[in-house]
Amino acid sequence: MFKYFNPNKVFFITSKAPKYVLILFIIVFTIGLIESLILSPEDYKQSHSVRIMYVHVPAAWITLGIFSTITLFSVFGYIFKNPNFFLISKSLAPSGFIFNIIALVTGSIWGKPTWGTWWAWDARITSMLILALFYGIYLLAWRIYQTQDQAFKVTTIITILGIINIPIIKYSVDWWNTLHQPASINILSKSSIHESMLFPLIIMTAAFALFSLLIFLMKYNTELIKIKNKGLDRL
Amino acid sequence: MYGRKVKLRFFFVLSIFVILVLSIFLVLKSLEENVVYFKSPSEIKNSPEFQKNKLRVGGMVKKNSILINSDEINFIVTDFKNEINVIYTGVVPNLFEEGKGVVAEGYLKDRNFFIASKILAKHDENYMPPEVKAAMEGK
Repeated sequence: MFKYFNPNKVFFITSKAPKYVLILFIIVFTIGLIESLILSPEDYKQSHSVRIMYVHVPAAWITLGIFSTITLFSVFGYIFKNPNFFLISKSLAPSGFIFNIIALVTGSIWGKPTWGTWWAWDARITSMLILALFYGIYLLAWRIYQTQDQAFKVTTIITILGIINIPIIKYSVDWWNTLHQPASINILSKSSIHESMLFPLIIMTAAFALFSLLIFLMKYNTELIKIKNKGLDRL
Repeated sequence: MYGRKVKLRFFFVLSIFVILVLSIFLVLKSLEENVVYFKSPSEIKNSPEFQKNKLRVGGMVKKNSILINSDEINFIVTDFKNEINVIYTGVVPNLFEEGKGVVAEGYLKDRNFFIASKILAKHDENYMPPEVKAAMEGK
């Protein structure tokens, strides 16, 4: 199965993909912006400040998704000793980190007019900050450890430590009293967000996912080119 | 079908993960007091000792309980079992309203009176356009 992850074969696709992903991203992002800024209604309670949600929530989803993916690839890379998996993890991390920061900053901007504070040390917000620190340490580890073997091991440990935080982030609003409100969207039950607001939210999530994919492909190609320049035939 | 080393590494990662989950669970369990952002009026009334330090109390603003004087706001925080009177001087957030969630930060005067130095609005997870809300209330 792993032979399909052979970088030489993958590079044919990944080197051509970014421009198509970029075009798709621009289209979806434009639709998302028009939907969320103009066409979607204002909230009955928060009026126009609800529009921050269309950036805040997708950014938070994407950052959680990316960290989970990084962990999956790192652990599989470690167990099966597949260096390519580590490259995928490494290339995913920057966009995850950026979306984490975006989620924190937009949350802060949203918190001021609605809750009345920029920052609160409640479980959801604090655990999200811890995730940002994990991203930071993860990215630093790749810079600090020059030898591949060391970097692989250290980053795997960091991701395993960090993944415990993901369910804590998800369920913090249900387990403890938090200032942050509980989740509006449930897979199993009806979501407490009106359809006219749900649609732009999904479009924006798709746009952010495409953006992450774009950045990932660019980073990944860079990594592959670096390896080719070192004169290594394969990983 | 996989080599011995692969299996070994798999169980190594798995055991690290299980140990971590257990330890984090125990740590959070013992720190629960500090993880919760606010206490409910019931928890304050039923706590064996009177708390002198700064704390946060959260719940719903009781309907028809907001009294605005020239220099202070009085209201009742309720969790539908117990209530606590809150006195506050200052600006309230936009979403502070009767029948909505609130978190007050401050000190207890006694078990029924709370002097707040900061008011935060806790909004719920419902989002809908005003027309839908009006239609729902019209029913």
